[in-house]
Amino acid sequence: MQFNEPAGQNLFDNATIVGRPTHRTDGPLKVTGTAPYAYERHDVVEGQLYGYPVAAGISHGRITSMDAEAARNAPGVHAVVTTLDIEPLGIWDYNVARLFGGDEIQHYHQAIAVVVADSFEEARAAASLIEVEYAPGDPADYDLDAAFERFEGTGEPSTMVGNVEGALENAAAVVDEMYHTPSESHQMMEPFASIVDWSDGEDMTVWTSNQMIEWNRQALATNFGIDPDRIRVESPYIGGGFGGKLWLRCDAVLAAIGSREVGRPVRLAMPRPMMMNNATHRSATVQRIRLAAGEDGKLTGIWHDAASHSLPGGRGENATAQTPYFYGAESLRVQHHIVEMPLPEASDMRAPGEASGLMALEVAMDELAEALDMDPVQLRIVNDTQVNPSNPDQAFSERHFVECLERGAEAFGWADRNTTPGGMREGQWLIGHGMAGAYRGAPTLPSGATVRLSGGRLIVETDMTDIGTGSYTIIGQTAAECLGLPLDAVEVRLGNSAYPVSSGSGGQFGAASSTAGVYAACVGLRQQIAGQLGVEDPEFREGRVVSGDTDVALADLEGELEATDTMQWGDFKQDYVLATFGAHFVEVGVHVGTGEIRVRRMVAAADAGRILNPITARSQVIGGMTMAVGAALSEEMALDTGRGMFANHDLAGYEVAVHADIPEQEVIFLDTLDGISTPLKAKGVGELGICGVAAAVANAVYNATGVRVREYPVTLDKLLGGLPEV
Amino acid sequence: MRAFSYEKVADPAAAAARAAEVEGAKFLAGGTNLLDLMKLEIETPVHLIDVNGLGLDEVTETEDGGLRIGTLVTNTALSADERVRRDYPVLTRAIAAGASGQLRNKATTGGNLLQRTRCPYFYDTAMPCNKREPGSGCGALTEGAFSRQLGVIGTSDNCIATHPSDMAVAMRVLDATVETVTPNGMTRRIPLEEFHLLPGDTPQEENALMPGELITHVTLPAPVGGTQKYHKARDRASYAFALVSVALIRQPDGSGRVALGGVAPKPWRSDEADAELPNGARAVMAHLLEGARPTEENAFKITLAERALAAMLAEE
Ligand SMILES: Cc1cc2nc3c(=O)[nH]c(=O)nc-3n(C[C@H](O)[C@H](O)[C@H](O)COP(=O)(O)OP(=O)(O)OC[C@H]3O[C@@H](n4cnc5c(N)ncnc54)[C@H](O)[C@@H]3O)c2cc1C
Ligand code: SF4
Repeated sequence: MQFNEPAGQNLFDNATIVGRPTHRTDGPLKVTGTAPYAYERHDVVEGQLYGYPVAAGISHGRITSMDAEAARNAPGVHAVVTTLDIEPLGIWDYNVARLFGGDEIQHYHQAIAVVVADSFEEARAAASLIEVEYAPGDPADYDLDAAFERFEGTGEPSTMVGNVEGALENAAAVVDEMYHTPSESHQMMEPFASIVDWSDGEDMTVWTSNQMIEWNRQALATNFGIDPDRIRVESPYIGGGFGGKLWLRCDAVLAAIGSREVGRPVRLAMPRPMMMNNATHRSATVQRIRLAAGEDGKLTGIWHDAASHSLPGGRGENATAQTPYFYGAESLRVQHHIVEMPLPEASDMRAPGEASGLMALEVAMDELAEALDMDPVQLRIVNDTQVNPSNPDQAFSERHFVECLERGAEAFGWADRNTTPGGMREGQWLIGHGMAGAYRGAPTLPSGATVRLSGGRLIVETDMTDIGTGSYTIIGQTAAECLGLPLDAVEVRLGNSAYPVSSGSGGQFGAASSTAGVYAACVGLRQQIAGQLGVEDPEFREGRVVSGDTDVALADLEGELEATDTMQWGDFKQDYVLATFGAHFVEVGVHVGTGEIRVRRMVAAADAGRILNPITARSQVIGGMTMAVGAALSEEMALDTGRGMFANHDLAGYEVAVHADIPEQEVIFLDTLDGISTPLKAKGVGELGICGVAAAVANAVYNATGVRVREYPVTLDKLLGGLPEV
Repeated sequence: MRAFSYEKVADPAAAAARAAEVEGAKFLAGGTNLLDLMKLEIETPVHLIDVNGLGLDEVTETEDGGLRIGTLVTNTALSADERVRRDYPVLTRAIAAGASGQLRNKATTGGNLLQRTRCPYFYDTAMPCNKREPGSGCGALTEGAFSRQLGVIGTSDNCIATHPSDMAVAMRVLDATVETVTPNGMTRRIPLEEFHLLPGDTPQEENALMPGELITHVTLPAPVGGTQKYHKARDRASYAFALVSVALIRQPDGSGRVALGGVAPKPWRSDEADAELPNGARAVMAHLLEGARPTEENAFKITLAERALAAMLAEE
């Protein structure tokens, strides 16, 4: 099906199942521990052995020798394959780090060997017996600040509208500050894990944990130089990904190599301490933001320069992503510089670009509001725009940012906030209030599905994944709505390369795209049913097909009916900017003595089109807010600049927010529809939830203390110098 | 993890004797630290002697009005003990500020005192570390290294690690004593003050126990009263090791005691600093942290310690 024009009135406008708060259909499996996650799939194939990886101990250079003799002779060991034993594997299109093979080390903890043994313990014990000699590369420069200074002003801006320099000269108020965000690690609960059966070296079956089934298959094919049709991938349950599992990683690659070597299936999970430096991460950013505004608060200029690190050829973290679109400034200048560094691969993490960019931009806006002596909510309202500021001929499909600001402010009680930085105190706690705007693009990708109806029960098959987001549930709801069936008459099967290729999960495109693909297939099925009954445009309700005199139960239809289709997106969408919007409001307490920061209250208002399921959507937003509290206050991959490695590479050292850090969270969804986006008039929401939140926290800390921190995470050491005498 | 053998013994003296006899043996208590370190091959014992079930899991009253805590009393049980909560509240507060509920259920008194540092370079076997591999160098003291969590005082050019325990800081401020049985069956009493060693040139030597010596009890002297507090400053609200922690006992006349965690290779306290308590936090820290040698990244701990104590004093 081709989506060639905006969705008009359709069945979803009278929906009874789509949009209804529905608990996850896979919830019982998860709470009873019976959802089959990759590493525990003992039953899928006989004769599984255990693999264990060995990781490089230098950041870059070459391996001069490896001695695996002792490991090969260790108890229970079937095989050891070192990176020197095989040619460098191919690197897939969207990646830049090599996953295995050859003597070159590109980054710390790159995989350099796999041990296959009867038990996990034997494989692990043997892995530590492998001796490696390195020829380290020349010392590298990991100074992103210095690189930013070198790059600033060079190259071509990606957006250049009007005269920013002039705007800055003539402004009533100007902000010109540097901001820093650190590298961040996905650290989802389930590590990278795979079971691979490539026993015959021909056909490969992969049970894994991956967000993108088809990308995974293509990447495996590229790595091993084989035909993708010989590869089957299954990933029905995924314990979180956050973008880390968009990619094939060394777990599947090493398991495949091990399996080919020993002729038996091999399972392998990446040890937690290896995840940070082996897998991808969100790059640190250095950002300079200059804002110019008139006395009325109208932005006359935004100049946003940013830098991030990457291996050669990579994308880094483009912190300017939102800047061309978010605020209606008269002039704009935007540029992102990628600085090459021999660090682990920098790549996408939840809201890549916007998450880091808004951490800076929304603090800059707070600073501008202060310079203008203006309510920061009001400042954002006066700078709203309904057209793309960098291309005024292009409108937003739907944009209700102002409503987010107003509804959020109302719910939070913004009018009663503390307005004097450092001026509000409860006992030993300084209290502060802060807010920020949120912006995240709303892309869609082609997405396919098959639906099969038999005996009144519907089976949906698509290679879409559920990474804890609720895909099973919303896809079931969509199909049930389309066929007029109760939700429990629909069985949803996901995450299998045997099913039609979907959007997969990422970039907050999954929910909007995959439900549209299921809709396309269901439309096909409805037509078949109508054809079989010889009626036109029947209604599907309460398990029946109704048209004129015809009234037949779906359960009574003959045989099995099947339809497959893929939703393709028409060019007309390119006439619009599609995005989601939000506003975040936060109250913090800062301990007057120690500077410890505790978030006390959070309110979010979100504009993300039709909310397909308020329960799963809310989970996405509060999950994003929680992750952003970590980003604001504690998460930082600590870069050892002498060694080129992230030193705090476990969950004791890399502090994500825990339950005790998260207070009451309120989420308001605006009742908006976006017919330009999809037939369901839906957009993603999973990444919107992390956008802007960290800045709201940082602004609240400033409001509490009067200390402006522009370097994340906002930790107590950065406040101590500015706190009052105890 | 290397392969190891495992045994259970009949009584504490037998445990100590066996541990001295088998080279490379270690005691297994709650296992919450030892097993983690074994998985990473930071600890590589060849033999484990399980000390669970040796009857050392009770808190009893001593003749001089104090408490005698069996080494296998869990952190959960100790912090919840009525007598501890009433007479030694700083200990309850310190234990409850540590780790997580699940860990405290397993963690034992002796194991807690003997838990090892959380220095990230100690934890990464590809990195140099004098504590893990004597003579390999200190990974945390090289140019560009990450040292935010590490020690500021009592450290040496060979090691700047901290002792991460919360419980031990409270026990130090309470003047606890460690009671042991030696391999030849003798009982030994070691004041907590002397129990943990400073790194000097031998950061691998962390405590005063002789090979095979088993902790059997920790004793607390009779209650000293006063207002007892524990403030653990950290980057998140729970489940994080202290940046700085302060244990305080303050008497109505303003005198009292202070011990610090998160700053040194052992719970950090001095008589001179205690004596300054009536003069306020600055005066205390001028003594307690005199001669501190922080890194650029952890110099804030000195300000933090002083401000934390000042806030605790101001609270009353
Ligand atoms: C994720 C995590 C977070 C944590 N957070 C904190 C925190 O915030 N604050 C805090 O204080 N602690 C924290 N801990 C540490 C925890 O308190 C210790 O792991 C625990 O106290 C160790 O006790 P155990 O009985 O499990 O010791 P084990 O692991 O069994 O033993 C530790 C060591 O002591 C030796 N040993 C044990 N008993 C004896 C004995 N009777 N005589 C001689 N030697 C003995 C063992 O041989 C071993 O070397 C944390 C631990 C983890 C894993
Ligand atoms: S500080 Fe101590 S524990 Fe850390 S690396 Fe140096 S020697 Fe090892």
